[in-house]
Amino acid sequence: MERQKPAALIVGAGIAGIQAALDIANAGFPVYLVEREPSVGGRMAQLDKTFPTLDCSSCILTPKMVDVGQHPNIELMTYSEVESVEKDGDIFHVRVRKKPRYVDIDVCKGCGDCAEACRMKGRITSDFDEGIANRSAIYVPFPQAVPLKYTIDPEACLYLTRGVCGRTFKCKDACPADAIDFEQEAEFVDVDVRTIIVATGFDLIDPKTKPEYAYGVYPEVMTGLEFERLSDASGPTKGEIRIPERDRRGDIVMSDRKPEDVVLIKCVGSRDPHTGVPYCSRVCCMYTAKHAHLVRDKVPDANITVFYMDVRAFGKGYEEFYDRVRHERVTYRRGEPSEIYRRGDKLVVLAEDTTLGEPVEVEADLVILATAIVPRKSVADVAELLGMERSPDGFFQEADANLRPVDTNVENIFVAGCCQSPKDIPDTVSEAKAAASSALRVLVRAKEAVPA
Amino acid sequence: MALKTAKMAEQLELFGCIQCGKCTGGCPVARKTTLNIRSLIYHMLVDSDMDVDSHQELWDCTACFTCVERCPKDVEPAELVISLRGELVESGRVPETVGTALMGIFRQGNPSGMARQDRELWAEGMEETLKRAKQAAKEGCDLLYFVGCIPSYDQRIQPVARALLRTFENVGLDVGALGTEESCCGNEVRRMGEVGLFEMLAEENGELFRGVGAHEMVTTSPHCFNTFKNEYGLDGVDVMHYTQLLAGLIERGELTFSGSVAEGEEKKIVTYHDPCFLGKQNQIYEEPRSILQAIPGVELVEMDRNRERSLCCEGGGGRMWVEGTNLEERLAFQRVEEAAETGAEILAVACPFCLLTLEDAVKVRGLDEQLQVMDIMELVDLASEADSEADSEA
Repeated sequence: MERQKPAALIVGAGIAGIQAALDIANAGFPVYLVEREPSVGGRMAQLDKTFPTLDCSSCILTPKMVDVGQHPNIELMTYSEVESVEKDGDIFHVRVRKKPRYVDIDVCKGCGDCAEACRMKGRITSDFDEGIANRSAIYVPFPQAVPLKYTIDPEACLYLTRGVCGRTFKCKDACPADAIDFEQEAEFVDVDVRTIIVATGFDLIDPKTKPEYAYGVYPEVMTGLEFERLSDASGPTKGEIRIPERDRRGDIVMSDRKPEDVVLIKCVGSRDPHTGVPYCSRVCCMYTAKHAHLVRDKVPDANITVFYMDVRAFGKGYEEFYDRVRHERVTYRRGEPSEIYRRGDKLVVLAEDTTLGEPVEVEADLVILATAIVPRKSVADVAELLGMERSPDGFFQEADANLRPVDTNVENIFVAGCCQSPKDIPDTVSEAKAAASSALRVLVRAKEAVPA
Repeated sequence: MALKTAKMAEQLELFGCIQCGKCTGGCPVARKTTLNIRSLIYHMLVDSDMDVDSHQELWDCTACFTCVERCPKDVEPAELVISLRGELVESGRVPETVGTALMGIFRQGNPSGMARQDRELWAEGMEETLKRAKQAAKEGCDLLYFVGCIPSYDQRIQPVARALLRTFENVGLDVGALGTEESCCGNEVRRMGEVGLFEMLAEENGELFRGVGAHEMVTTSPHCFNTFKNEYGLDGVDVMHYTQLLAGLIERGELTFSGSVAEGEEKKIVTYHDPCFLGKQNQIYEEPRSILQAIPGVELVEMDRNRERSLCCEGGGGRMWVEGTNLEERLAFQRVEEAAETGAEILAVACPFCLLTLEDAVKVRGLDEQLQVMDIMELVDLASEADSEADSEA
């Protein structure tokens, strides 16, 4: 990396951060790409398919992930967080904290022998799989991770939490490269950059905010993102749609039963000032249509019902996709369900079908909730760190809603993707490219100002 | 006579409605009667006038406020029912039984129309304790106990009030009571649409309470609790339902149990029904459960529909005095069957109306051999062995 050139910092390596990093790096400028998680990829890596094209999400994302991992102009800092930012004229002095992985990533070959050997194997909830699968205490979030280097989860590792892991470290014994290093400590890296792109993404609302849907009570009620992992060929069921159930310990596991009746509920938590989410989450109409399609594809005989208040199919090819899904024997019923309860082996979704004008009970053995997109839990911290303003909905505030959509109140700091507001992948990529273009303007000027 | 809709639609902010149907979908009576609040809102918005008389199903609403709780747009659908009932009340076009209840409250301060001077009869056998409490109210006390109409007059509920007063005394609380001066809280009056009478009661009761000067008030009924807490504007008074007060006493170790509700080491299986005015409307879900869990001999089990998904017993919103348009399919029947399915021997409640409707349903459904409906207070009393009286066998 040409360190003497003016550089950019990108916070967050989901599809927005990845795309912006590649555009800037391909223009010849150095980029520091900081990602909190052990791998780049973000939310898009969790998705099974994209709408409306039904591309395999990880198949189109993985090449870009590999590119940022190998690009000579990109310094990738995964499992790292921005610690402090100080603005000095046109320069941002940035301190990045590299959290200890307890694995030497220069040595780790990513073979996975450690995870196989770990005493906690299969006992730690996988965040990447949205809790519907388990992993070891030493892990890669998913097989296509970049970098493909293992990390020890400090909250799950027996040694790191209790100071003892049997008579001998299983992972250390298993590692053929001697990469495991429990003495590793956080490392601080100072970099100077001219511009920053914030691309920190989104969280989903806790579905328990709508207790009437009994998420967490009935294992058969799941979120859309959980369904993505269930439907994904690399997920815990290898893409088979099965009904979740509780095992004897009370943990949710996948049964071997396929659903007969699937109900999808839109606008869960969104468009609802009660939950603090007055806005529309924008992507749920389309991903719910996609989920209905995936269920039809994998369970041809299932009865599929989508309960909706409105259908907002506004993007290129979206209305056509909605048309296609309905023709796949998916019943759209207008009405926001009011409650879910159990009757015998089935769940009952209670709603008014407003077109009929009467209350209806629809049986289900799988319910998929389209939960609202909300700002990242860390949004307030990031805003404070960078001096950025937030809009009343909690997302980062753009400088002007019409004409400066990726600028912010801080000169030379730009935003891209869902950290600014909910949006789909095409819009996220567009914003990433817009932010990259804005950042490049800063970098080119700075380069020209420096005598060669 | 047709109601001009425009003014009411604007006052109640019905224009915020997006017709999502979440109100009617969750309405416990919409499944059994023609009441469709979503549709009524729509008619209020698109029709210039409404023939309110033709909507007798307005009297089916139990004011459980599930619709208000779940509306994503803050429309408060149940308030439309109340306002439309108000139109009927205004012009005297109400079911006879509603008129009788309102008249009883106006004349005697209670919906049964029983004599005001008999309002203390509930304290039979505890006259001295009540006398002390009345004296305390006169002289100024920390805590004011509002007994309520049903606990004062209904023989089935009177033991609940006695158990409460006894517990207060045992714990040594400085508690006051109003005796025959107490009048109906007006919670159901407002929900039956009689706003004028409600305002009168709120004013008179409010004055009475301010005269006592207690910083804390406790009620037997979640209905009285609801209106005092949310509609009276009693500044500086901490209004509590008795389950809140007792849960606190137990937590602080000030209320302990010497006995058990079961024999020896055995347990009674108890399930708990959340009253709408305590749960859905005031989010008090855990206190009643924490009391039950503290009572020796109780094994608490949950019905499938609990807390925010509890089913209304159909006793609120004036429904104690008007049958509604579908007598056959009572929600209380469904509820007691749900309770029986858990294997519970006792269905615990924390509301006089729930106690009456569910106990009746248990009898009608022939479940009285296996399922007993009891107020939490009766279980508390039963487990306070030394002090309990013959009430416990009621």
